[in-house]
Amino acid sequence: FRFVLCTSGDSVKVYSTRTEEWLHSLQGHTNQVTGIALNRANHLQVYSCSADGTVKLWDFIDGILIKTFIIGYPLFAIYVSEKHDGIVFLHIAMDTDSKNECFQLVAVHLPKSAEQEVEAKELSAVSSRISPNPSCTAFGREGQYIAFARHLQLNVYFFRKQKTYSFSLKATDKKGAKNAFTCIACHPADDCIATGHEDGKIRLWRNFIHTKEYTYSTQHWHHNAVNTLCFTPEGTNLLSGGIESVLVQWQYGAGNRKEFLPRLGGSILHVSTSSDGQLFCTSHSDNKITVIESSFKVCGVIQGLVKGDAVLTDLMIDPRSKALVLNGKPGHLQFYSLMRDKHLYNLDIVQQEYIYEAGLDQFEVVKAAFDINGYWLATVEERGQKSSDLEFVLKLWAYDERTQSFVLNTTITAAHTDRIISMCFSSSEETTMLVTTAEDGQFKAWCQGADADTQQDQSFWSCEFVGSYHNLKPTNCSFSADSSLLAVNFQEVITIWSPDTWELLTTLCQPPGVVRDLCFGRLSCSKYLIATTTRNLLCCWNLLTCALEWSTSVEVSKLQPDPLSENVAAFSYQSKHTDLFVFKPSEPRPLFTHKNMCSEKIHRAVFVPREEPLNNCDESSQWLNRSQLYFLTQNMDLLTFSTATEEDRMLSSSKRLVIDDSVAVTPFYLLLGKHRQQQQKLNTPSHPAADKPQQPQGSVTITELLHTPAHVLPAASVLCSMLVSSLLISNTGVRKDPLREMESSEQEMNSEKEEEHSEEEMEACDSQQELRAQGSVDEVTPKLSKAQERELKRIRKTDFSWMTGLIDSKP
Amino acid sequence: MGEFKVHRVRFFDYMPSGIRALAFNGDTERMAVARMDGSVEIFHCSDRFFQEKIIPGREQCGIEGLSWVGERLFSAGLNGGITEYDLTNQKVKYTIDAYKIPWYTFLVGCEDGTVKLFEVNEDKIQFERNLDRQKSRIVSLSWHTSGSKIAAGMMDMIQIFNVETGHSIHRMLADRGVGTSRSKECVVWSVVYLSDGTIVSGDSVGMVKLWDDQTGTLIKSHNVTKCDVLALSVSQNEDSLVAGTSEGTVVQFQFVSMVLGKDDKEWVRTRTFKNHTHDIRAVAEITTAVVSGGMDAQLVVKPLLDKIEVRSAASALRKIHFPHRRLVFCARNSGLMLFQYPGHLELWRLGESEGKGSSLFVKRNPEKLLHLKVKGEDHIRCSAVSPCGEWIVYSTASSLRLYRLHYQRFLFLFFQISKLPKVLSSANQLCFSSDSSHLFSASTQSSVHIVSLSQSGCKFVGTLKPKSGSHQAIHLLAASEDGEWLASANSDHEVHIYNLQTRKAHCTVPVYSSAVTAMGIHPTTNCLFMMYADQQMCEYSIEQKQYTDWSRTVQRKGLHRLWMERDTPCLNVMFNPQNPSHVILHDTYMLCIIDQSLPLPDDKTQFYNQLTLKSLTEDQRKSHSHAFKVCKTFKDILCVELISDQSLVVVERPLEDVATQLPAPIKQKKFAT
Repeated sequence: FRFVLCTSGDSVKVYSTRTEEWLHSLQGHTNQVTGIALNRANHLQVYSCSADGTVKLWDFIDGILIKTFIIGYPLFAIYVSEKHDGIVFLHIAMDTDSKNECFQLVAVHLPKSAEQEVEAKELSAVSSRISPNPSCTAFGREGQYIAFARHLQLNVYFFRKQKTYSFSLKATDKKGAKNAFTCIACHPADDCIATGHEDGKIRLWRNFIHTKEYTYSTQHWHHNAVNTLCFTPEGTNLLSGGIESVLVQWQYGAGNRKEFLPRLGGSILHVSTSSDGQLFCTSHSDNKITVIESSFKVCGVIQGLVKGDAVLTDLMIDPRSKALVLNGKPGHLQFYSLMRDKHLYNLDIVQQEYIYEAGLDQFEVVKAAFDINGYWLATVEERGQKSSDLEFVLKLWAYDERTQSFVLNTTITAAHTDRIISMCFSSSEETTMLVTTAEDGQFKAWCQGADADTQQDQSFWSCEFVGSYHNLKPTNCSFSADSSLLAVNFQEVITIWSPDTWELLTTLCQPPGVVRDLCFGRLSCSKYLIATTTRNLLCCWNLLTCALEWSTSVEVSKLQPDPLSENVAAFSYQSKHTDLFVFKPSEPRPLFTHKNMCSEKIHRAVFVPREEPLNNCDESSQWLNRSQLYFLTQNMDLLTFSTATEEDRMLSSSKRLVIDDSVAVTPFYLLLGKHRQQQQKLNTPSHPAADKPQQPQGSVTITELLHTPAHVLPAASVLCSMLVSSLLISNTGVRKDPLREMESSEQEMNSEKEEEHSEEEMEACDSQQELRAQGSVDEVTPKLSKAQERELKRIRKTDFSWMTGLIDSKP
Repeated sequence: MGEFKVHRVRFFDYMPSGIRALAFNGDTERMAVARMDGSVEIFHCSDRFFQEKIIPGREQCGIEGLSWVGERLFSAGLNGGITEYDLTNQKVKYTIDAYKIPWYTFLVGCEDGTVKLFEVNEDKIQFERNLDRQKSRIVSLSWHTSGSKIAAGMMDMIQIFNVETGHSIHRMLADRGVGTSRSKECVVWSVVYLSDGTIVSGDSVGMVKLWDDQTGTLIKSHNVTKCDVLALSVSQNEDSLVAGTSEGTVVQFQFVSMVLGKDDKEWVRTRTFKNHTHDIRAVAEITTAVVSGGMDAQLVVKPLLDKIEVRSAASALRKIHFPHRRLVFCARNSGLMLFQYPGHLELWRLGESEGKGSSLFVKRNPEKLLHLKVKGEDHIRCSAVSPCGEWIVYSTASSLRLYRLHYQRFLFLFFQISKLPKVLSSANQLCFSSDSSHLFSASTQSSVHIVSLSQSGCKFVGTLKPKSGSHQAIHLLAASEDGEWLASANSDHEVHIYNLQTRKAHCTVPVYSSAVTAMGIHPTTNCLFMMYADQQMCEYSIEQKQYTDWSRTVQRKGLHRLWMERDTPCLNVMFNPQNPSHVILHDTYMLCIIDQSLPLPDDKTQFYNQLTLKSLTEDQRKSHSHAFKVCKTFKDILCVELISDQSLVVVERPLEDVATQLPAPIKQKKFAT
């Protein structure tokens, strides 16, 4: 088995390179994990360091914490070398204020003691001229020297001689090259240091024990900074990567001979090789790990929630797959299953090759909307936000049952004369209508009309109505629950239109303040219209009387109605933190308030309908019974609320898991033990699934079969039928699990997509209104909360047990 | 600084010839450069690459290889001759026909596939024997230091010969290129035989390959370029190797130990220099720099910073485009210009202008009066036009011709003076006296012949001989305005001053370590003003036979750093007749007026201060101004001359114009173009 380890928030995740499955995570750090390094003395162990000031030694195959070394300072990177047994090298900040970016490299002698937690206080500084970038430090051949670069200076420190050699480059030369170092790698067998530079050059330094007669050769392929360099373990090749998202393999010693692996996704941030050189691994800025064979073929992709530069679209739920939909890869919409915490697929909206280069103005998906059945998808893509010449395209996509995907139906290049601000589909079942509002002061209604010109059966979308109001700029539009009314706000004024006759029914106005967001109430509250203004006013109108029902002074940045209940969630941003209010439009009192939820402004939120409603009687969490609220912070962290029972459930299942894992692992146990576990879990009374599945018989049969000595067993033909029958029963048993059903249906639906595994999910758990927001500041690698992981683990187990029968039946 | 009317001349279509071969002599620090037109130039490497000697070429004389043997220089050309040069007199000593010898020197590989061995005798070379005859032609050759083995680069292969038996020891096949170039044969353009038995080859496929001569096997190959590797050169201690490619890049390889502190070394490709636009035909690694030359006719000296102790102006990147000799001569009193091309002379009359301001209206266009082709195959060595414009003289290696021009308003008469004195058979340098009555011709053994000119003809007057008895050829002559003095400078850095009245040597200026690049005698004070290759300047009073006070001050205070860092030598010294304290100098990039009455700048003062001075008031200007006034309006200057009506003639040859006349370089795909 082979594993890929990556740091992720406060844990280290272990993935299988063969199946790309997430195996487990090494948890125990209390702050962000900043570096990992394999223990050279024992290749099954790994060191990890964290900003919480500890170095931990793990057995990464079983996920067991072996030792904790307390250093006492925030640690920023870790390096080990085989020649320095029992010593790790760490980056620590020199000064307490991080603005100075003064880091020093220290060698720490790890004390050999049997205790679990040891304090390591033997620190000795190696150098204080260290770049904050961890990839600017590398160990040379046999750990004899360490090379580190900062800005324009390369330093090589020889441990035996205790001498540092420094080499400087000029900041710029005549050709305007930027020479600052960005990364370093040392050849494993030769005394050769490879350095990457800001302008994309790679220099190979030799003879660096002479201050004058040192020499280097330069190779240039990357057009932007080289982010990472790595020699293969044999030293025959050098791998480099940068923003171009092309992995380049340079043949060592053969000058310019190189191979390329292009179009890997986001820009390459790290490259590493397995110890035998069979596999390479690249991590990308869009939350992805690619596993590459040494023959330079991609053999696996581990994809998280695709992280772009910004989420411009709203958070949406695809009504069919119940997947979360938002901006993914540049020019794509990503479909992300929240249930399975898995990236499903990307839908290419722009349908143009994206060029990974800084400073290019390329098409981006800025708006997207689904109709209520999930049959239509409308998207707006834009280019030239910064410059004056704005280009935008409105596209309508129809769901194709055959391909199980969205197919482009209509492309409208000049839908408006200026930028589209918002759009929404009518919510009625019979006729589908799209309304767009734009900065040119008009709103347009689009209908799927049987155009006389086109003879095809396919019908395309065309404009049905153009509306405006006193040349004011429309901002938001919304259909009432039954689609009988359309509300469009023109700055301070909300206009109510009838979509059937396109008649202006009434106007509502509550100056001062421009309307920021508006929505209709649902179900029993559908007679209400709620709007927020820039002057900190939340108003609720009764549409039957056309009178203001109530208003309250609260600064609301986002209103989000729950489609399955009357509830409306309002995010209020005041004095540098966000508060959440959940209320029913019929009464001005909030059902639920949560103060100081997070410190960032919330602009995107969505209610995700539950598969089945919870019967939660707790007053404070009743609003979560029918759907779950997810919201996105500005740091691209996706947060959600969960109830106490959910949390309990996850905890209990995970506890059992931990116990089971500590039992000695035998091959049979791998197959059967986990299966047994699942039975236990399914039998637990705490499990919320109301319809308990039948006790699967299969495993019992197999156990009996295996426990019986061979000489007393009946004939194989008898056993065979037994096995087959056990298989069938176990299958049906599992199928009845609602989770399992959901998963299989999803798999069918997205049969074409790659097998991916994903995370990037933070969950704020709450029962006593204690919300733990795990802030991550400049996180590159994805994160997963405990609860979510547990859920995942459960899913994985289900999967595995299902396989049990199959594998077992083969011999 | 004074105002001048400037004739900006750009119709001198001088084309420097491409560089074909380089040979470095480490003992004398001289670099011999052979050009396409057959001329050979000697540069002094430690004297800021001053072009000491020029041996003009001949028609149909292509040099293919150059080699030093001790202090003797040999060349081999495509016309099948081996030539030895007489460096003191700057001419060809003798040529031996070796039957179709294309390439290398006195150990000669022939087009017909033989390697001929020649013995170098005291004054001649003698054919010794042939090595085994091969089928294909031999393109390159290299000796092993032991002298027992020779490596020869041929078509598609390299052969090693044992010199004693004359038999081939190994044949090593060079791979052809892939794809379409598969069908073309691979030319091994260059081989280098290292003392440890490694043979390095550069071929037309773009590979630099390292071979083992014991086993005849390939050790390593480096793909350097997509085009040809045309030249290779190894440093004297064999730890560095440079390869010149037809893309115009020079690639350096270094013999570096892969594991520090251990002895197992490998050749590793390190730096790449790109200073040429066209094929590099020759490279040479000298002690502190890499010298390369090619089709674009420039000689580039790229210093190796790791070999240089102290960084200074002498160790900067240097590009030599134009010869360090004058090619343009002005008839001061009649507004005529003489342009010296390798094979012909052109005489032009300057245009006239009217009006005032920074640019003047041209009243009359410049006019080409004469196109004078050289008789015979030899190229022109030197030429001159008299100040009155009536006499033109030129000399090749074998003959000297004097012409008289006579022109009235519209009538232009031109005839050759037929009866010349016998001493005027050939000259190294020619000069007229200021009243055009005498011609001075520098001859062998540093002697100068004086010939008086008159309407009826010319008459030999006498010979001036230096006391020192130096044999080196004179490369500069300067006559004083009053006709009393003549100064001559030779390649031994000696400057002799003769009294023309007594026709005797007057005195000798103390010998300086650097060569004189330009000199002039002041019209009123009769001081000799000299410029040296290392940018120093001296003023020597002829009458008092000593340096002037001003010159001593300059030596004591030192010159400004920016002045010393200029990389082209001063090529002419002139004196402003209206202000005797003004000395006018020029090099390739600037024109400078030295005002001897103003204080000298020290390193702290701003050297290029024209703009600052402009912004100051009259009073402040005085305290800020210093002796050096530099004008950088003109670029790529070949010659600046002061003519009698207070106007300057500036002859420019823009490098862009030169580049457009070169053949198109190899096309290369450049990123983001």
